[in-house]
Amino acid sequence: MDGIHDLGGKHGYGDVDHEVSGTVFHARWEAAVFAMVNAGARAGAWHNFDRFRHAVERIDPVAYLAHGYYGRWLGGLETLLVEAGLVTTAEIEQRLKRVSQSPPVSFNEHVAARPKAQPDPMGPLPQMAGSQRAIPVPSEFKVGDRVTTATEVQDHHTRLPAYARGKSGRIAGVHGGWVYPDDNAHGRGENPCYLYTVTFDGLELWPGGDPLLTVSLDLFAPYLKHVTCPANDAQDAQESK
Amino acid sequence: MSKSHVHPENLPQALRAEALEALLVEKGLLVASAVDAVITRYSERVGPMNGARIVARAWVDPEFRQWLLEDGTAAIGQFDLEGGQVEKLVVVANSAKIHNVVVCTLCSCYPWAVLGLPPTWYKDPAYRSRIVREPRTVLHEMGLALQADVQIRVWDSSAEVRYMVLPEQPLDSAGMTEAELAERVSRDVMIGVAR
Repeated sequence: MDGIHDLGGKHGYGDVDHEVSGTVFHARWEAAVFAMVNAGARAGAWHNFDRFRHAVERIDPVAYLAHGYYGRWLGGLETLLVEAGLVTTAEIEQRLKRVSQSPPVSFNEHVAARPKAQPDPMGPLPQMAGSQRAIPVPSEFKVGDRVTTATEVQDHHTRLPAYARGKSGRIAGVHGGWVYPDDNAHGRGENPCYLYTVTFDGLELWPGGDPLLTVSLDLFAPYLKHVTCPANDAQDAQESK
Repeated sequence: MSKSHVHPENLPQALRAEALEALLVEKGLLVASAVDAVITRYSERVGPMNGARIVARAWVDPEFRQWLLEDGTAAIGQFDLEGGQVEKLVVVANSAKIHNVVVCTLCSCYPWAVLGLPPTWYKDPAYRSRIVREPRTVLHEMGLALQADVQIRVWDSSAEVRYMVLPEQPLDSAGMTEAELAERVSRDVMIGVAR
């Protein structure tokens, strides 16, 4: 999906706000969102990261940019909890009225008061099966093969970023079979396929850019096509000399 | 994006999170102290100190270094890591003329078990949009001036493979113990925004 989340190569976002400190959570609510995402998995609101990532992609695009990482997680989680029938928006709005009238809990006060190093009272997370799956057929490509990426995009979850669509690169790694996010995020089955690291020259992605740049992405087989054009074969022969 | 001058506790999303938390606790789907457990886990046990131990081992043990670069997932098995998000780990090595840097342009994928939870800037639009396109400029702005002839390899974590950078050992650290070396390894060098 051509969403606001697909940020690679976009202009206009300014300087990186480079905080060197290792602060993990800047406010208690951020950690609460993390704990609630785990709770959502325990309650069955989501079962795989593809579905969760897609829920985050579906939030309001203005909120996506304005609400920060845990704000995005919160938006995605709320969608999943509502879709699973575990909560309603009206119930959230009702609690929101109540908490808006009480002073916020200061993160620092909370940290000072909290018990140290306790185990998670909710126990371990439900075992997620991981995403690697054996595929009983050989891979389509091998390291060194020249490939081009798909140009089309549908309005669903996908892991081919816009900046790498319709580009030529080389297979740099073959990672075996993995669950296909484009289907798995939508409950259409795992449909595992081969995953490849594909390395692109910077100039292929950004004409006129940095000649000493390469960008590598991990791309699923359905995104890729073999390049068999004679000009490239000739170039391959040249490069292998 | 410019820095927020609003206290993070006063943001609308903070209130909404508090509201949802209250609701989930009422419904028995969340135990409030689970939030404390998350803070403890990701502040004290899961963090870049784990990646630093791995880097230090690679600096003192050439066989481990080779294993780490060939099969990162297997090589880190002995470190008793928790925290998730490393179903497959690929470790990429810097050299005098090659610099590696990691990003996730589509969301914020990051190898939690070795580096902990990602810093805010890693998840923000500025880093995610620019580092794949003009990394030399971005790295310079972040305090890393690479020589003009250094190749930059950007790794965009677009699937479940996670990346960590193996930095070069600082010249002035020769003779240090593995534990002392680990102290020298920062989160930023393992992401690739410092050396």
